[in-house]
Amino acid sequence: MRLNLRVWRQQNPGAPGAMVTYEVDGISRDMSFLEMLDTLNEDLILRGEDPVAFDHDCREGICGACSLVINGDAHGPERTTTCQLHMRSFADGDTIDVEPWRAAAFPVVKDLVVDRGAFDRIIQAGGYITAPTGSAPEAHATAVPKADADSAFEHAECIGCGACVAACPNGSAMLFTSAKVNHLNVLPQGSPERETRVLDMVARMDDEGFGGCTLTGECATACPKGIPLPSIAAMNREWLRAVRKHGGN
Amino acid sequence: MALATRTGRRPSTTRTLWDSTVGKKSVMAVSGLIMLGYLVVHMLGNLKIFFGADEFNGYAHWLRTLGSPFLHHEWALWIVRVVLLAAVVGHAVSAYQLSRRDIKARPVKYAHKRRRASYATRTMRWGGIILALFIVWHLLDLTTLTVNERAWAGHPYQNVLATFSTWYGNTIYIVAMAAVGLHVRHGFWSAAQTLGAGNARRDRALKFLANALALVLFTGFVSVPVAVMTGVVS
Ligand code: HEM
Ligand code: SF4
Ligand code: FES
Repeated sequence: MRLNLRVWRQQNPGAPGAMVTYEVDGISRDMSFLEMLDTLNEDLILRGEDPVAFDHDCREGICGACSLVINGDAHGPERTTTCQLHMRSFADGDTIDVEPWRAAAFPVVKDLVVDRGAFDRIIQAGGYITAPTGSAPEAHATAVPKADADSAFEHAECIGCGACVAACPNGSAMLFTSAKVNHLNVLPQGSPERETRVLDMVARMDDEGFGGCTLTGECATACPKGIPLPSIAAMNREWLRAVRKHGGN
Repeated sequence: MALATRTGRRPSTTRTLWDSTVGKKSVMAVSGLIMLGYLVVHMLGNLKIFFGADEFNGYAHWLRTLGSPFLHHEWALWIVRVVLLAAVVGHAVSAYQLSRRDIKARPVKYAHKRRRASYATRTMRWGGIILALFIVWHLLDLTTLTVNERAWAGHPYQNVLATFSTWYGNTIYIVAMAAVGLHVRHGFWSAAQTLGAGNARRDRALKFLANALALVLFTGFVSVPVAVMTGVVS
């Protein structure tokens, strides 16, 4: 395959950036999108140019490091991560636009790499449980109803990639935060911090400069792990409950 | 085992609500639902115009004596007005502050344009502005009678007929009612999500209810200018 790429290039956080056009040839339909970018970077290095910086780690769809907006869609046209997107989703001769996640809370570091530290700080604010350390507890000591276990598992699937923020017209982190809050709040292990968790994580989310939720639903459409939109309503319920129980002290 | 201890007090409930995007959104949801409840009652009241001038004007008069002798003349009306004013102000201030925050949170647009489903958000913002302007005009027209062609105090039937005998009266009113319908369509469902009442099982029922409310309000309100235009009410 031969492709025309238009890639966002930006030297550093302060520098102005621009879309730069590159042509890549000899791309196999079986390559992943990141392997296609590797091919471009090899060309660039041979020509003595600066390779395109992009984030990646596991390349198997589980770490959440890869992050590209491809033709306007976070993680591209398939509902998966960029590393699991294959070039067979494109046609020979296509022009493909590649941009970084866009949100005030995710500043561009270089080219396609953004700083997602804001997510880490939301986790630090409440994405933990109080547990005795030492040997692992007996697995069946705490009974968890099947429906709760399923719900916790569904939310635990969030890999923290940030596609929800990138897709949201308000740069809102509600889907991510709701996945993390719901994951721990439905479990007995998470109940000691049930109220403080949701209050602190939502407060941190606001402090980081993410926008509010207008229930557009772009986030859930972009999420590679299928975190559903009603998770946001579930977090709102937890938050209002926590304010009722905890407000003012 | 040492736990992180929280130092410092949490802010008050009111502060927590107002300072949080989730809390401010719930102010919008509650104030929106108050206005929605009012609109349903208002629409049903308007339909009395189909029973003639005496019944409609009598209904308007009854509104002023509502609750008497316990309440003084027009007190019930003033209580409703105060609640509505608080709802409109709370709703509009929250909408403005949240919208500004949302726009600031996404400062750079994507170079690759595609049709986005943010259509609902945009219609909510534009629709909201249209509604705010409409509310001002509507009060000047039929409450204070400042801009009404007939302006006959105590005779709302005649004043409504005067409004809907002008092309601009009909246009403003019908456009605004379309805005109400669209606003309620996304707003009612949104409010359920904001207040935590939405879940996957209820989603279809909530969307159906939102569409039904929007349609009933639009049809009910618009039937009045249409009836005047076609001479059914004259
Ligand atoms: C002063 C005029 C008004 C303005 C400026 C306004 C503006 C807005 C905006 C910007 C939103 C948020 C949309 C979003 O988050 O996507 C909204 C939501 C809403 N509006 Fe209004 N609106 C107005 C009047 C009304 C009226 C008359 C009603 C009554 C039917 C109403 C009911 C609602 C409801 C129920 C919501 C949903 C709240 C939520 O998402 O939780 N609004 N409005
Ligand atoms: S909710 Fe989905 S899109 Fe958002 S960070 Fe988690 S996995 Fe990524
Ligand atoms: S590189 Fe790990 S999810 Fe894509």
